This record gives sequence, structure tokens and C-alpha cells, in this order.
Amino acid sequence: MLAPLSWLKEYVDIDVAPHELEKKLFSCGFEVEELREVGRDISGVVVGYVEECEPIPETHLHLCKVNAGEHGVFQVCCGADNVRAGGKFPLALVGATVYATAKDHKTVEGVMTIKKGKLRGYDSEGMLCSGTELGVSEDMFPGGGYNGLLELPEDARTGEDVKPLLGLDDWIYDVSITANRPDCQSILGLAREVAAALKKPLKEPSYDYAQTDVVKEGFTVSVEASDLCPRYIGHYVYDVKIGESPLWMKRRLALVGQTAISNIVDITNYVMLEMGQPMHAFDCGYLEGNEIRVRRAGDGEKIVTLDSQEYELNSNNLVICDGVKPVALAGVMGGLNSEIRDTTAAVMFESAKFARDNIRKTSRALGKRTDASAKYEKGVDEYTTVHAMKRALHLITELGCGKVSATHLDVNTGNSIEPREMKVSVRRVNDVLGIEVPGEEILKIMESLNFAPAIDGDELTLQVPAYREDMDSYPDVAEEVIRMYGYDHVIPTFMPDALVTMGGMNRKQRRELKLKRDLCSMGAYECIHYSFFSPSDLDLLRLPEDAPERNAIRILNPINEELSLMRTTLAASMLNAIARNQKKGNLSGRLFELGKKFIPKELPLTDYPDERDTLCIGIFGGGESFFTLKGMAEKTAESLYLKFEYVPCAKPFLHPYQTAAIVCQGVEIGYLGKVAYPVAEELDLREDSYLLEIDMKTVAGLEAGKASFHPLSKFPEESRDLALVMDRGITCSQVETVIRDSCSYVKKIRLFDVYEGEQIPADKRSMAFTVDFEPGQEAFEEDSVDRFVKKILKNLKNQLDVDLRS
Amino acid sequence: MNDKFESIKQEILDGIDGLASSRAVYDFKKQFLDSKTGKIGQLMKEMKNIAPEERAGFGKGVNELKEWAQQKFSELDEKIREKELKLRYELERIDVTMPAEGRETGNLHPITQMRNEIIDVFSGMGFEVFENREIENDYYNFTALNTPKDHPARDMQDTFYLSPEFLLATQTSAAQIHTMEEKKPPIKILCPGKVFRSDDDATHSPMFHQMEGLVVDKKITLCDLKGMLDVFVKKIYGESTTTRLRPSYFPFTEPSVEVDVSCFECGGKGCKLCKGTGWIEILGAGIVNRKVLENCGIDPDEYSGLAFGIGIERATMLKYGINNIKLLFESDLRVLEQIDDN
Repeated sequence: MLAPLSWLKEYVDIDVAPHELEKKLFSCGFEVEELREVGRDISGVVVGYVEECEPIPETHLHLCKVNAGEHGVFQVCCGADNVRAGGKFPLALVGATVYATAKDHKTVEGVMTIKKGKLRGYDSEGMLCSGTELGVSEDMFPGGGYNGLLELPEDARTGEDVKPLLGLDDWIYDVSITANRPDCQSILGLAREVAAALKKPLKEPSYDYAQTDVVKEGFTVSVEASDLCPRYIGHYVYDVKIGESPLWMKRRLALVGQTAISNIVDITNYVMLEMGQPMHAFDCGYLEGNEIRVRRAGDGEKIVTLDSQEYELNSNNLVICDGVKPVALAGVMGGLNSEIRDTTAAVMFESAKFARDNIRKTSRALGKRTDASAKYEKGVDEYTTVHAMKRALHLITELGCGKVSATHLDVNTGNSIEPREMKVSVRRVNDVLGIEVPGEEILKIMESLNFAPAIDGDELTLQVPAYREDMDSYPDVAEEVIRMYGYDHVIPTFMPDALVTMGGMNRKQRRELKLKRDLCSMGAYECIHYSFFSPSDLDLLRLPEDAPERNAIRILNPINEELSLMRTTLAASMLNAIARNQKKGNLSGRLFELGKKFIPKELPLTDYPDERDTLCIGIFGGGESFFTLKGMAEKTAESLYLKFEYVPCAKPFLHPYQTAAIVCQGVEIGYLGKVAYPVAEELDLREDSYLLEIDMKTVAGLEAGKASFHPLSKFPEESRDLALVMDRGITCSQVETVIRDSCSYVKKIRLFDVYEGEQIPADKRSMAFTVDFEPGQEAFEEDSVDRFVKKILKNLKNQLDVDLRS
Repeated sequence: MNDKFESIKQEILDGIDGLASSRAVYDFKKQFLDSKTGKIGQLMKEMKNIAPEERAGFGKGVNELKEWAQQKFSELDEKIREKELKLRYELERIDVTMPAEGRETGNLHPITQMRNEIIDVFSGMGFEVFENREIENDYYNFTALNTPKDHPARDMQDTFYLSPEFLLATQTSAAQIHTMEEKKPPIKILCPGKVFRSDDDATHSPMFHQMEGLVVDKKITLCDLKGMLDVFVKKIYGESTTTRLRPSYFPFTEPSVEVDVSCFECGGKGCKLCKGTGWIEILGAGIVNRKVLENCGIDPDEYSGLAFGIGIERATMLKYGINNIKLLFESDLRVLEQIDDN
């Protein structure tokens, strides 16, 4: 929220420097996001008195002699049409900074520094300025909007800095207001806090007004949807004279970025900014039926708002109506049909409280956010609703732009705007803080915040102002006390009354971390990808229409389509990460991610979906192959104390003959394989890439091996090399299984050579294994191992038609 | 007889000069000292031809010769072996500055590293680790955390909705509720997790990580919060780091505070990192709101609690000077290789 220092000073005698005030606000809970001087870009501009002004022949320029008092007298070339001898204008001295404007003299194009120059051969030492060049609009200073020089008052002292004169030495605080303090979303609300922080009294604005006896005969206000409108105040103002607002009001509006429109409209805006209460004024000339009705809109009912936008409404929207039609979208924007015109002669002022969630929903549903709706969403209290109307009527009187009638209609649900009493225990307040704040300090603090406190023993009695709807119980009081007392009084302790607890990670978390470290030890880098992905990722994976991965949870309001589905596989994110790396010239690498995929029980969601921990590994570049990735799979198995088996399988995004399902204890837990060429091509992959995915949730349900001790045999092991010849369709694992099943003494089988070629028949392959045999509690007999080998060869021949290579 | 000894001696002396390898030494030595065929051994066989009274002298002479020869050969052997070893080493000279072989070790993700660091600190204080759901329902993410449907605090977070009831967790605080529903005090938990908000620029990512901390026990105060966080920031950002609490607002804590640390770059003097303030905002915290305890069936008159939420990306980016949050999710190896603090 923007708050000009000059405006805050209206209510509090601020006697500290602008940056000091920023610190004070900060320490009591109001962070100033930006503090800027209104004329921060302007420097070295003084009041210049034009002593001589001669036209330069054949140009639109004038050669002027400008007196700048103590700064000297300068020759300045000037192209403005209103330059004249005897006038006083802002003079930017050499070295001054002002805004550079475009050819239209209106659009600001940055800041420029004034240098000595030459125009048409004439020396020019400085520049006479327009309002735009100084950042001064018509609302900030009369003539500021003129497309020529800014005329300064005759009594301005020649040579004086123009910044104080033009109000450019003012400061704007952009204050962040937390959601619990809607009462501070106004200049006055913030001023209350400033007063408390500076220990100064608050000067309330004037609320008095002159009321006539005139009444608007028979006029009524009725609230049909009182759940959505707890309070509605209307007041009739007649003999309205539409005109310009006074400079002080226009200036304040301009400082917070609001354009002045006309006195009546400006009053509603001014009161909203000052008090935090959105106000509205209806032109009575366009109200039909002599009444205001607050009701839910009918389905399909339409309204055209002040900005000429048409909206179709439904019963979730609240509308303000006259006897015939909607005239405002409650809490959001007035209707075009009853807007204030130059001809307006009588108005109905509205100050109301609307239910914040309803305004919020309407504003969201229609995509229409206004200053008013923003305030209502955060919450407006009735104390303010009542006072804002008084303030608006005061301003009518002060500006003399209308007469305040006696027609004051106030519909309310009976909520009091009187302070409510609250009693809390001082001990409990201090128990929250952990320190003892002296009773007198508590009294002083609560007094400065208008709580009229009293302490009796342990009991603190407070009169909570009606605008402090956030105050509920002792922790709220503790917060008020400590933010004003100072957080630097909080000292470090370590739970002297707490019980001992056992900390640390559980088994699953430790295992996960171990797995990650084990993968790192194989040269892989951990990645974290978004939990959402794109529908096009599913197409990238060539998944068929009925693939379970396509049954993904959709985000109703995604940032964009690319981030609109919850992941059902981690493969696509990994593929994209590989592609990004290769594009950036990282032509080899190993990546892994341990993340979640989301499997809905049904769509749309009515229950928590299954969040499944999933491991995904992606490797790419020279030196990598199916088998290096398989090595990582084996490392994973080892890390998890499991044994994996590999069965050829097909995946639409992987190589048809270099892909395997990973099986553990008879359950398929994942896959690994080489990225299919069309996918690689689509991603512009320059290097072969390989993917692995394992469902860790399934793995977690499997029985992991336990570390146990196997006694060492006293007797030596023996080993044999077997070179075998078989059909090409026979797999290594088939052969290994037969060998292992043939003899219980087989300890280890290692494939050490594979051969296909001239020395064996064309459709055959040779595989050579080293088989280690481990004796049990007795030594092998002389011919034991030979007998084992014989049996192995017999079984290989019978079961797989495998021969010993001759 | 002595002549014979002398000639063998001479023969050895003549022969050894030309010997260049330990193998040659071995072969040459064998000619003399082999117990069966060696020339010195052969001498012993002549014993029978020696007059009995001279035998003792002869035997002594042979033994002396043998000892002499053995001495000679072992000296020679040592010398040659030394030379050979030197030569072998010379031949195996390498350039030790040439690159190492073998794969470099990868790294945990910077977020995981930071997460582990935080967990380490709080584990030591007795915090257990609980993991979060990424998909939450409205009740746990908002309502139970004292943020009912019409609450303006819902605006603080741009929520991704999956259905009217289900959404992507906007904060790890939902874990507070799940924990307190299942566990009664004493509670000390840490809940790391992914959270989501509809925000996307250089410092905001639609997905990021938080670490929620919750303590519920008897007489927990703001001072305890300060004590705990003081230790935490010293461990993460260095011993000289201090904390500053300042008022803030979260619906689920009252009072609520923002916690700043003294700038670890400039030590508090003011620099670019801390934007000249000397302080860096690192987390939000507070005393658990009574209503939240009540919502979980914990008596707020008997127990009180503190809670804090750390933005892990921010902590990570500050620690390593990473300037764009996107870099953490792009998996660029050139980035991942740099952060190794395991």
C-alpha cells in the first residue's frame, strides 16, 4: 500500500527522518517494501527568473538570460511557446538531472543530466523545464500538465530549489500490510500505528458535517441478502455541483497514482484511501423506483460496469439495485447506468460492508479486481463503514459541492461498533513470550494502541477498538506487546520444561539417502524435476491412448499447458534433462532422480491419489551402454539388499531389443533400456541415451535381504572355464540358471567372453563362463568337480541344446 | 693344494668383473658353489685323496674358500640388484601430473545437500523426520491451519487446484496437522517437502522445497524458538551468525515472526547480498496458534508449541550464491558438478 509522508503527517506529528520512520514501521510489523522520494530523479533544478528573452531568427527558439539567484545568470536556449521575459520557470542547471521526454514532450524516456550545449550556434547553459520533465502532473501542481514550461508563482524566490515548492521533496512509503491487519490498509490506519510507534497522539480527521432538513421522500434501502451484506449505509446528497477537486485533494490522489476525475468521484476515492472503506456514489437522476435493494443477482442477469464491460451474473454475485435494475456489482465496481456525470445534481452515497469471501469469489469468477474488491477481500470493519460515511459527508461540506440531506438509511445486522471488553492473564501473555514484560510497559503499549488497558493483579482488561477484529485471545495480546516492546528483548533458551525426544531419520529415509549416495559413487548426479509435466511429454513417450500413464491428474489452473499434468512417469522429465544437457554441450553424463509419480484412484479426485516414490536414472554419451546402466541397476539392488532379474520387454519409447523389465521376487518393479531412435531424433539427441525407472514404493514392500554371516570353508575353491556354443536365441541368464540349478556347489558364474563368427556355425553364439565351486564342510574329492561339470553339460544339452565348444 | 684354492679364487675374481645381471651372477656362482656340481663342492670330494693328517687343514681351507666366495658373491649380488632395481624404476618413470583414471563421484542435488544439513542440526536437538504429501486436501492445507475458505491469508499463496477439494500443497505446514492427529506431545518433528505456488520468475519457481519444524510440549515460548534458531543459523551459516526476529503474520501461528540472519557475506555491514540492510530473511516462524492445536485435539491450555518453515531453495541459493532458482531444476551438469558439500 502506498502512503505519502505528507499525508501521514496530517494525522501524526512525525518528527523523525523518512528512513527512521521506515525502521520504526519495520520493527512493529510493517515492512516498507520501497521508500522513495517523489522527486528522487530530480536534482539541481532551481527557480529561474527570465530577464531577457529574444527570438532566434528563423527558428522557434528563444535566447534567454535567466537569473538563478545565488547560482548566477545563464544564457539558455528555449523552444517552449510560453517562455517570456519576467516569467519564473524551473531552471535545470548544468549537472542537474531531469526526465528526458520523447518527441511528444509527454512520454518519459529515462533520466538525463543537463550539459552545456550549443543550439544553432548559441551557447546554452541549462534548461528551462516543463512539468513532465520534473515528474509533476497537473494534479500535483497547476500547469504541471502543460505542454510547455511550468509557470512558477511570482513570489517564488529566485535561485531556490524547486523541489519543496513542487512537493518533490515528499516521500512515498510502499508498505506491506499483513493479512491480519486489514484495518491498516488505509492512510489513517497506518497513521494509528505510526502514532503508537512514535508515542505521539493521533489527530483524527474531521467527521462533522452540516445536515439540512431536506429528505428524499419515500426512499428506502432494503438488504435481501444480509449474509452477504451485514451493513449498508446510504445517504442522500443534493444540490450537487460537479467540478474539480481542490489541489490538496488532487495532489494526494496523484501521489498514490489515482487520477482526479470530479469532486464527487474524488471524494469516494479519497475516503477509500484515507479510511480504507470503499465508497460509491450513484447519480440519483438515473435511479428508478426510489429505492436501493441489495440482493443476489439472478442467473443470467447482466450488468455493464463503469469501464463499459458487460458481465453475465449468477446467484453467487451480489448486486446493488434500484427499483428496476442492477446499478452496481457490490464491492467490485459501480454500474455505468448510474455513474456520476457532469450533469449530476443529486447522489446517493454508499458505505457498506460486504462478506469478504463473496467479493473474493465474484472478483475471481469475473476476473475483475479493483481497489475496492481488494479491500473487501481483506476485510472492512463496520467501525470504518460508519466513520467513512461521516467523513465523505464532511468533505461534501468542506468542498461545498453539495448539500447533505437528512435522508440517512442504515441497515445493519446489529453489530456493535463500540469497543469490546477482553480480559487476559498477564502471566499467560508472558508465558507465550518467555520473558517478563513489566506491567507498566504492557499498560503503556496497550494504551498507545487505543486499548484503554487496566491491570488488576494478573488480570489485564482491554477495550478492543472495533476496527481490531483480529484480537481474539492472549497470544494476540502477546504479539501486540512484543512488537511494540521490541523483539530484541527475546533471549535464547532451550525448552527447559520439555521432554526428551529421539531425533533422526527413519529406516526408509536412511535407505533412500544411502541409495542416492551409492548412485553418486557411480558418477551420477542427482536431479530434481517439477512434479508436473506436459501432455506433449506423454506423446514424446509414444504412449498409446489407453496407457495408464495417460490417466494423469490435471491441474485446474496451471501456469501453462506445459506444466498442467501431475507426473505419472519420471521418464519424460529425465529425457528432457538429457536433451537440455546435450544442447548445452554436455555430451556425456549420468543423472538420477528420486521423485514421486501420482496415480489417481479416480478422476476427478475425490480421495488422495497414490504418491509413488520412483527412481529414474538417465545416462548418455560415449562409453555408456545398456550394460553400464545395468551396472547401476545392480548397484541399486545391492544398495537395497535385493536381487534383480532382467527379462526382455518392450516400451514404446525404448529400443525393441535393448530393453528389459526389472523383476524382483517375481514382481515387475521397473525397466531399463536404450532410448528409441525416433524419440532421440525428436529431442535432437546427439549421443545414445539410456533410461531406467524403478517403482520404489513396490520395492519398499519387498523383503530385503538381511546381513548374515556365512562360515568360510576351510577347503580350497575350484573353478572351471566352460566355452559353450548355443543357438543365438538362448540368453545368458538361461544358461546361468541351468548351471546354478545343476549343482548346489556353484558359488559364482562369470561370463568372460562372447563370440559369433567364422569359427562356429552361422546361427550359433559362443559364451565362455568361469564357474567357481565352493566346497562345504568337507573337501572336494579328486573327481568331484569333474562330475559337477559333466552334470552341468548334460543338463545344458538336454534343456537348451548347448554344446561344449570344441 | 693351495694353488688349487688360489686358482679358483683367481677364477672367481676374473669372472665376476664381467657379470652384468643377477641372473649371470646366479649362474656363475652356481659353477662354484652348487653343492653337487660346483667347483668348491667338488674339492670336498678330493678329501679322500688327502693325507689324513692334512685333512683338517684342507677342510678348513675349503670352508674358508667357500665363505670367501659366498661373501664375494653376495656383495656382488647386492650391488647388481641395486643397479637393476634402479634401472627398473627408471624404466617405469611416469608423469604423475597426467590425469587420473576412473569415474568421478557424482553429487547429491544442492537442495538435498541443504536438506541433509538442516536435518542434521535438528536431529541433534531431537527432531524426527516426517515426509509430506505433495497433493493435499483443502482441510489440511488451509482450514485446519486456521485459514478458512474466506480467509484473506489464502491470497498470500496462489494455489494450484486439482479439484474443488484437492490441491498441490502450498506449504509443508499441513504436515503439522497430520502429525498432531497421530501423535501426542512431546512432539518434535521436521517435515521436508515439495510445495507449489503459481509463481514463475528468477526468484520464484512453481515448485520449491520447504522444511517445516514443529515442537509441541509444555511451556514452549518465543525464547525457545529464538534459542533453537540461533543454534541452527550458526551451524548453517557460521558461528558468528546471529538472528533477528520481527513481527509478521501467518494464520497458524500467533505471534508470528520473520527470522533474519546477520548477513554472512558482509557480517552485517551492508552489501549487495543483503541489499545494504545487514540482514537476510531466511524463514518464518511463530508460536502455534491455539486454534490449530484445538483442531488436532491437543489442549492448548496444557500444551503450547512453536513452528517454523524454512525455504530450502532460498537457503541454498544464499549459501552458494546461485542467482536464479531455475538453475536448480534444469539439471545442467555444469551446475550440478559445482555444488559438492556432501
